Amino acid sequence: MTAVATQLGRVGTWVNRRRQWLWAAFFIVGLAFPFVARPYHLSLTIEVLVFAIFAMSLDLLLGYTGLPSFGHAAFFGLGAYVVGYIASTSPLALGLTSNLLVTVPIVMAVTAAVALAIGFFALRTSGITFLMITLAFAQMLFSIAIRWSGVTGGSDGLPGIPRPTLGVGPLSYTFTSRESYYFLVLAFFLASWWLLRRIVNSPFGWTLRGIRENEQRLRALGYNTFRYKMAAFAISGAFAGLAGMLLVHFFRHASPENLYWTTSGQVLIMLIVGGTGTLTGSILGAAVIRLFPLLVSTYFDRWRTLQGLLFIAFVLYAPRGIVGLLRGERDEEAL
Amino acid sequence: MSHLEVVDLSKAFGGLQALNKVSLAVEPGERHAIIGPNGAGKSTLFNVITGEAAPTSGHVSFNGRDISRLAVYERANLGLGHTFQRNNLFMGLTVFENVRLASQHRHRVNGHWFRTVESFSQVQEEAEAILAQVGLLPQKNRVVSELAYGQQRALEIALALATAPKVLLLDEPTAGMSPGETAEMVQLIGELPRSLTMMIVEHDMDVIFSLADRITVLHYGQIISSGAPDEVRRDARVQEIYLGA
Amino acid sequence: MLLFIMAAGLSLIFGQMNVINLSHGAFYLLGGYVGLSAVRQLGNFWLALIIAPLLVGAAGLVIERFLLRRLYGGQRHLEQVLLTFGLALVASDLIQWNWGAYVESVAPPALLAGQIPLYGIRFPVYRLALIVFGLALALLLWLFLDRTRIGAIVRAGVYNAEMVSGLGINIHLVFAGVFAAGTALAALAGVIGAPITALYPGLDFEILILTIVVVVVGGLGTLKGAFWGALLIGMADTFGKAYIPEFSLFLIFAVMAVVLLLRPSGLFGLEAWSR
Repeated sequence: MTAVATQLGRVGTWVNRRRQWLWAAFFIVGLAFPFVARPYHLSLTIEVLVFAIFAMSLDLLLGYTGLPSFGHAAFFGLGAYVVGYIASTSPLALGLTSNLLVTVPIVMAVTAAVALAIGFFALRTSGITFLMITLAFAQMLFSIAIRWSGVTGGSDGLPGIPRPTLGVGPLSYTFTSRESYYFLVLAFFLASWWLLRRIVNSPFGWTLRGIRENEQRLRALGYNTFRYKMAAFAISGAFAGLAGMLLVHFFRHASPENLYWTTSGQVLIMLIVGGTGTLTGSILGAAVIRLFPLLVSTYFDRWRTLQGLLFIAFVLYAPRGIVGLLRGERDEEAL
Repeated sequence: MSHLEVVDLSKAFGGLQALNKVSLAVEPGERHAIIGPNGAGKSTLFNVITGEAAPTSGHVSFNGRDISRLAVYERANLGLGHTFQRNNLFMGLTVFENVRLASQHRHRVNGHWFRTVESFSQVQEEAEAILAQVGLLPQKNRVVSELAYGQQRALEIALALATAPKVLLLDEPTAGMSPGETAEMVQLIGELPRSLTMMIVEHDMDVIFSLADRITVLHYGQIISSGAPDEVRRDARVQEIYLGA
Repeated sequence: MLLFIMAAGLSLIFGQMNVINLSHGAFYLLGGYVGLSAVRQLGNFWLALIIAPLLVGAAGLVIERFLLRRLYGGQRHLEQVLLTFGLALVASDLIQWNWGAYVESVAPPALLAGQIPLYGIRFPVYRLALIVFGLALALLLWLFLDRTRIGAIVRAGVYNAEMVSGLGINIHLVFAGVFAAGTALAALAGVIGAPITALYPGLDFEILILTIVVVVVGGLGTLKGAFWGALLIGMADTFGKAYIPEFSLFLIFAVMAVVLLLRPSGLFGLEAWSR
């Protein structure tokens, strides 16, 4: 165990020194990717990018503010259903438009609003109670989606979601092809990452970190911490909704599974494995967990068990995730 | 300069009467010490004033305004700063980051979400100044959990100072300190501006007598004696409590 | 009543060890399936009723000893919860591997099958038996916790684990015992409940959610809370299903939200632990 950790620490230092080169490499790969990769791999990458946004949104809440939410799929799925309802051509939905200029603001506004509503109740608790409350609220939304078939399509969900358009009138473009959608998602990913980085390093971001470290002390300094938690919850929810929207535009189908606890669980696993409190960790975690079934199922059928075991291993031995290992931190107690 | 007053304050925990109709006033610019044996009610009094606990009856007023119903953070924003008896810091952050959190609030910039915190030079400079004032500047990039106990205690005060309070409430600032550390702390507190009204809860007599303008002695939740240090020192009842059986 | 048994187990584990055992639901399902296999193998429901909880409880003991225990000390409660979540995932998958993904319906034992007329409605005997059993179990648990020495230790531990340890009692043994007991309770609920809920993948989580709601509403750490919480939620569920079927689930969560707003630590709960 120690040996592995030390080696990873060395990898981390190596990576850190060559940061500029790695960025350039990523940039080139990122742009050229769709033209060299197989369609299946391209689809996977799109999924990874979407889940990276989702994971980063939860990181803001869990890693930076210290609020362990187990119901983040609520916002992810909400984003999926909202855009599904607006854009889908199925008879249940409105089928109004799939123009991003319209849908993105609406999706993010709705998810933020619902987050504020849920937060109003949930943020009165903390720690483990908060975890359970968020779980329960997410299940509430799930149960609405499943039961209210007249609006949400029940367990079938909302099919027939078209690929999105961007632009006004004659100057609009529809992202029908997989390659073009990849670039769209990549753009959203980079924009989200950039925005979240700024938020996290701003005074507001530091307030959140203060809440995570010692909320009582922060209140003694004069901060009305409830407001900041609400804000973090809303922002986090909005980005999760964005991710949900991007996912269903790709698969052209919104389903209750987007709201189900397994989705909340998945993103939580991504964060723990990747490393909380660092946006990079979320991205790494999303990649590892999303690609996991692909890598494993050629050898071993029960990849879920393996993933669960991997998760347990990280919780026990590397709670700071991959990023933590790369930074040379080890969990002294467990070893 | 500000005036803090407590009127007929009582606090009961079930059957235990921790405070019994305590009334006292801290004059503007005064350094007022609260002393008393263990269990006298000092901490309870402190907590009721800061807002961490609610009184059973009576009220607390600040500059003539009743603050008994206000939450901790609201009182802090009115200018009531306080430290904690047991170090209550942002353990995972560095010393500098700790103080900066206080400074950024004082300058009302915590709502800013786009600019990096480093770009607010006023906040950065002030945090450095506070650290220099308490003598922690060399430690500024160290994580708090690595600091020595005495240094953490100094950071406690730095945090409270960084909010630019009008009244500073110190809860046993020298608790658990070695004689050398205590002397440094006394010097630190002594050098604070006279315009800052202070209330100090303490155990250490030497500290009290070198810092306090006035002393109030609590015993079993009631005030036994209150006045200038020499008066209190000579008060027979006080001597009995501290020296008697 | 089922909910009560589940909630009691969960609440106890939480109160004692400050851990929310997210694999509690999995243990219900496991108990149910083990019971099913036992019935199939041995042909006797009553035996299964004893075997399943014992086996699953033993599994709980092993888990506590080797996995959970590593996370004690310090404020690692969140990690403990995550661990149980990982366990739930693994258990869920393994259960599906062993027993298949189809819905298994389980018949109640011959003795308790059928219906009897009660106040003009034909009431299933099994459900009646379940209610009786639940009440009896509640009484037993209450007696145990309230009257026996061990019970007192457990309750004391709920308030302050460190103190109990300081008194020279082997706190690890207590923790292990509580965890195993809570787990066994879940398995018991699984065996008893199987004829009513059937067994299928995904049930573990549905039951977990309901149990969590009960525990949150009733209050963490107390038997009374588990009892009244289960009653309240059970009634909300029944009435909901009867009058507004589409929103019955929603109603339950609404009740939870209201309770949270008014009394964040639940109706009869102790101070809600945080961090």
